[in-house]
Amino acid sequence: MNMIDTKDALELYGTRLTSRLLLGTALYPSPEMLRAAFEASAAQIVTVSLRRESSSERAGEQFWRFIESLEGVRVLPNTAGCRTVKEAVTTAQMAREMFGTPWVKLEVIANDDTLQPDVIGLVEAARILTEEGFQVFPYTTEDLSVGERLIEAGCDVLMPWGSPIGSGQGLNNIFGLRMLRAYFPDVPLIVDAGIGAPSHAAHAMELGYDAVLLNTAIAKAGDPEQMAAAFARAIEAGRLGYKAGIMPPREMASPSTPVAGTPFFEPDDD
Amino acid sequence: MRITVNGEQRETQAATLEQLCAALGYGEQRIATAVNGEFVPADERPKTRLHDNDRIEIVAPRQGG
Repeated sequence: MNMIDTKDALELYGTRLTSRLLLGTALYPSPEMLRAAFEASAAQIVTVSLRRESSSERAGEQFWRFIESLEGVRVLPNTAGCRTVKEAVTTAQMAREMFGTPWVKLEVIANDDTLQPDVIGLVEAARILTEEGFQVFPYTTEDLSVGERLIEAGCDVLMPWGSPIGSGQGLNNIFGLRMLRAYFPDVPLIVDAGIGAPSHAAHAMELGYDAVLLNTAIAKAGDPEQMAAAFARAIEAGRLGYKAGIMPPREMASPSTPVAGTPFFEPDDD
Repeated sequence: MRITVNGEQRETQAATLEQLCAALGYGEQRIATAVNGEFVPADERPKTRLHDNDRIEIVAPRQGG
């Protein structure tokens, strides 16, 4: 099922990956559903978070054992829910100790309704964390100047949103995403958030994006396992399409069948 | 002394963060801690003294997107 050539591996902070799907672990109806979706997705990276732990429930331990049981998984902890630089930095520090990885999906949220990134806080937090040795995956907008600042701050990867988290609207600003791709040809770009349908993911890959990170579209599907398989194929199809070279669109029709030799065609008829 | 743990006010006799975690039953659980918004690594918990009105966060792995 995995059609992607291993020579086409994606490299993120020195880690080579054959899958271009990063999978969130939240909102699944059950751990069994999450496991089935994870296996069908062939994802190699899953996102996790940190939450307040009750000493009696021990939910964290159970979840951690579950994650460790997933074959070949690499964990990307997030700072979801953080609204300030300080909260995000402290959460990242706690996550590094907890999960034993320098990777962090950095989220600094500006607004409850849109869950859009606070790009000013994001750049500041990215700089602090990079200086502390973190490898930062910033959840950002498609804004070019913010992308530049994040790279200056030490980010080797950018993760622009497609549309608001959990909205399933797909890619809201194709122009901006295309420009970001063109402007940073060598930076791994991952569309993070807003993907609703496999076609949205395929479109992101056709634009030349390196990977897609998604959660709700699979977790909340009628059949998460089947949807994970659908996304895996859509991402592979989009990647292959991009590499094959997609034709530029035209304003007018252009016959695909050769015109020369058309029967019944008499130039002198009129 | 009076402190706040994960948003809830509590009375404690614990002198250090390590003692507090033990007293609250976290024992050997996989947790990370912060005091007043500052990360406290596991090996610094025994020497991190608690003060009145400290705000302590105790977190663990959870599902995330």
